[in-house]
Amino acid sequence: MMNFFEIIETPINIQSVIDKVIRRNAGAVTTFIGTVRELTEGKKTLYLTYEAYIPMAEKKLKQIAEEVKEKWGDVEIAITHRVGRLDISDVAVVIAVSTPHRKAAYEANEFAMERIKEIVPIWKKEHWETGEEWIGNQQGTKQYKSGKPDEEELHG
Amino acid sequence: MVKLLFFAGIKERIGVEELYLETSNQTIAQLKNYLQVSYPNLQLDGVLVAINEEFALDDDMVQDNDTIAFIPPVSGG
Repeated sequence: MMNFFEIIETPINIQSVIDKVIRRNAGAVTTFIGTVRELTEGKKTLYLTYEAYIPMAEKKLKQIAEEVKEKWGDVEIAITHRVGRLDISDVAVVIAVSTPHRKAAYEANEFAMERIKEIVPIWKKEHWETGEEWIGNQQGTKQYKSGKPDEEELHG
Repeated sequence: MVKLLFFAGIKERIGVEELYLETSNQTIAQLKNYLQVSYPNLQLDGVLVAINEEFALDDDMVQDNDTIAFIPPVSGG
């Protein structure tokens, strides 16, 4: 059976993620491709290490898909996130969304990425020449109003 | 017995990926407190806990055979 929500350790085949959402009733497919950036606030990243709580992460990706279908209706969505060591420009995440019309495909794709950054247990560690750090509890990343996500944010 | 799972910075602080504890009928808050006492350097602010792969609240109870995951702020994408 085709797995629409995957955490994998090997390079992501972008086309295969897109192919999962291709269907006769789709008139638009949006694809988000997240790649490893070299510069963050002027600091030069050498590479990243991603780690995931894989079974829960795949479950949370499914939850995001359910939220998307509830909000936009006729949507097909597939998400693959890579873990392990990733070098500059490597593809870390691919989100493919198909809908009958383009507006929903753009919106649903952006929503899915925002939710990944909120509820999916995946972490990245930045490696610089001068050191390394797990990202997540520093400025510029997601800050919850109450210090932690509320029920709504976690369960949709 | 419950299984504790650690990730990212928490895993590095504790030094292992998983621990088994002979405990049950505790709340998440009590378990967090136990860890904090055992590992004083641990930074648990903003850390969420999942019971059996679903986010839990501080006053949720831990049952025998549960898997408890400590989830620092996420940074996927």
